[in-house]
Amino acid sequence: MTKLHVPSRRELLLASGTLFAWAYLPKVARAEGRDPRFLTIVLRGGLDGLATVAPVGDPDWVSLRGGNALTLDSKTPALRLDDFFALNPAMPNLHRMFKANEAIIVHAAATSYRERSHFDGQDVLESGIEKPRATYTGWLNRLLAGLAPEGRVSSNSGRAFAVGPVTPLVVRGPAPVLSWSPRRVLPASDDTIMRLLDLYRHTDVNFARVLEGRTKLTAMAPASDMEQTPVGQISGPDIASLRAYFAEAVGTAGKFLARPDGPRVGALSLDGWDTHYNEGIATGRLAQLLGALDGALAAVQENMGPAWRETVVVLVTEFGRTARINGTDGTDHGTATIVLLAGGALKGARVIADWPGLKPANLLENRDLKPTIDVRGALKGLLKDHLRANDHALAADVFPGSEDVKPVAGLVASA
Amino acid sequence: MMTNPRLEAALALHRFGFGPVAGSIAAIAGDPRGAVLADLERPGAGRVAAANLPNSGQAARALFEFRAERLAKEKLAQRAKKEAEAKGMVVGAADDDAMNPNGDAQAPKPEAAQTQQNQQPPLPAQLVQNEAKVRIETAVAAEIGFVERLVWFWSNHFCVSADKIVSMAGAYEREAIRPHVLGRFVDMLTAVESHPAMLFYLDNLQSMGPNSIAGINRDRSLNENLAREILELHTLGVRTGYSQDDVTHFAKVLTGWTWVGLGEPNHGGEFVFVKRFHEPGDQTVIGKTYPDTGVDQGRAVLADLARHPATAGHIAYKLARHFVADEPPLSLVDKLTKSFHDSDGNLRELAKTLIVAEESWTHERTKLKRPSEWVISALRLSGAQWMVGRVMAGQALLGEPVWRPPAPNGFADYESAWIDGLSQRVDIANTFASRVAERLDPVALVEVGLGPLASAETRNTVARAESRAQALALLLMAPEFLRR
Repeated sequence: MTKLHVPSRRELLLASGTLFAWAYLPKVARAEGRDPRFLTIVLRGGLDGLATVAPVGDPDWVSLRGGNALTLDSKTPALRLDDFFALNPAMPNLHRMFKANEAIIVHAAATSYRERSHFDGQDVLESGIEKPRATYTGWLNRLLAGLAPEGRVSSNSGRAFAVGPVTPLVVRGPAPVLSWSPRRVLPASDDTIMRLLDLYRHTDVNFARVLEGRTKLTAMAPASDMEQTPVGQISGPDIASLRAYFAEAVGTAGKFLARPDGPRVGALSLDGWDTHYNEGIATGRLAQLLGALDGALAAVQENMGPAWRETVVVLVTEFGRTARINGTDGTDHGTATIVLLAGGALKGARVIADWPGLKPANLLENRDLKPTIDVRGALKGLLKDHLRANDHALAADVFPGSEDVKPVAGLVASA
Repeated sequence: MMTNPRLEAALALHRFGFGPVAGSIAAIAGDPRGAVLADLERPGAGRVAAANLPNSGQAARALFEFRAERLAKEKLAQRAKKEAEAKGMVVGAADDDAMNPNGDAQAPKPEAAQTQQNQQPPLPAQLVQNEAKVRIETAVAAEIGFVERLVWFWSNHFCVSADKIVSMAGAYEREAIRPHVLGRFVDMLTAVESHPAMLFYLDNLQSMGPNSIAGINRDRSLNENLAREILELHTLGVRTGYSQDDVTHFAKVLTGWTWVGLGEPNHGGEFVFVKRFHEPGDQTVIGKTYPDTGVDQGRAVLADLARHPATAGHIAYKLARHFVADEPPLSLVDKLTKSFHDSDGNLRELAKTLIVAEESWTHERTKLKRPSEWVISALRLSGAQWMVGRVMAGQALLGEPVWRPPAPNGFADYESAWIDGLSQRVDIANTFASRVAERLDPVALVEVGLGPLASAETRNTVARAESRAQALALLLMAPEFLRR
């Protein structure tokens, strides 16, 4: 009998990830001889965009953040992106991808949300609906559902699946999401599953739907990759091992997306970006988190193999942080931030921004970086050019109420 | 009114308690509603026997010492290594055996050391585990468990996370939540927001007024995290009209609410108001100006927040959603709002209102039990022996690790967040059933655990199972047992 163990932080992180595939969506792209992959990573907590991609060319930058401002000539110099922007030194892999035309930064971007609640902010970001808590479905799931005419995904190709017991909102909804998590307990036999499925079909269709995909997933999971070392220690998350956690969580998603019979769309979330206290931009906590994220992106690239050139990874967060440092060497909840894009399918090496400036009068409420680009525009551009979603579906179903938000064009090389 | 008292009894045990144990459906069938109400009147309701557990200050100081000692050991080892290197000795993994003073092959292997460590978890894990054991014991042993369910509800509403404040996560519930679970909301709110675990969890310890003595001298200022989450999550609820200025002013009010440094041997980790951190002067929060009365300035704001109509509505909605339905009947929310308001936040009255309301007894059982509730109800139904480490591991695998919510809004309380974890529940049910089912009669347990709630399909599925273990797993996974 398999021994139960106390799950590690790594498994909990994995458990907050979800991947799913679809049967209908690639048709258009496939007709063009493409097989696009799309991974969405939600960074929960509010990523400090200015600390990740610094406007080193802005004359007000250093006076705004003082000793916390990343510059090209500081002790740990930022990595130059163009004449105006530089990347946090903790992200050499993203910098390499940028130089190789495989990364784009969209700056001073925000969703339509203008308050400062994490949970409402994440809700708007992930639901794709302007009003918080208006729905229990996410934009990625509705994209999928809309592309399946009968609202059902075919059962014999590209079955959907999810990682872990808690599904992020961005992929919740009518399109089937199958559940997968690291095998740590004695799994129920196929016979037990079939009996239960039979019971659910007669008594609870929602339960039946969840259980139906299970066997497919079990078959798909590459067992050796999923095996993890049991960890008995359950003290707080150790920043030093975060790198491994992130790389494994995100890298595992990459492995699934790379498989010929695997899913083509996935989503997962990574927590920990709410840096109110001792933010550590250049060398401390944020730098370590960004370094872990950077390693995770490298892991996706490696695990995708040749499929990397058909891949786009998009990293989004609910909002940015205050432009200035707060009273405890951190930043409080703000507004505009960055969207990070990485992947071989991109037309990269660009920072896309309509820079609002950093003088007090240019800040939103004399406090936050002012948003000049709608995150939905970037997402719509990707869904349109990379996945061939049509304009009407994007404006009506995926991001309702976004008719006026034009898709950002030209993000993808093949477009 | 329901016509079948046994049906109502079974419904009550699942919806308002932790599920039936042998005989409990019959025991309360005479007056199910009265039985649930009587749970509120038990002497000592909400308290736990915890004489052997450290309070939060003791736990924090113990952990501080533990970590300091560990650090000293590491430093000593480093020092020894450096000295050895300076003397020209080669130090490396290959030489570990050579340097072993015993110098024999019988020396303990790393695996053996690992096993011993697993049997005796390190102090941080021990602290949480000891607290969790008392919590789980109380829930498993409860007659009905309504008050215990209320404790869990409030603990999740006012959550802290052991991922951030491991020493106090369990003690916090005993100290700030339990004493007030049938008391006044304002008292619970004040206890929570002044508890060192919360002040640490939401970053208030080092928040200083920009014009306070310490703020000026150290060039430090505000951290608005606690103030925002009190307004958004703990009291008024999001989008209820407060502004960024209200958040900032409230954060100033709360400056100085901190703890005694952990190195202080007698009171480290206990709440203290440090006037030196406190922003001097009046502050205006939601249209009312509060004179600077030191720590009482914050208490006054909390008292007004507790009485604010938005707080009543916010709490009422969450309570109805937790017990009755993901989208609770508005008439029930209205009744609870009125009760909260009219009783000035009397939580015993609020609980009574919930039970007396006809809407709470709807036959439609749509709520998916959260993993923790489902695990407890499975332990109760089986009457099996359990080990706290296993129970905690099971809950963690299902995405609801004890006292480790992913964010300050606590664990989600609606189906869409949990339904995809059903596949993991099957495996947990299977593992558990394989371990305990041999001594049980699953067909009889259908009567114990569901009684009149059991559908013909579920009865047949359990009865036709190929083994006792499979039968029990199927029963635990039956929709009637998963929902409440």
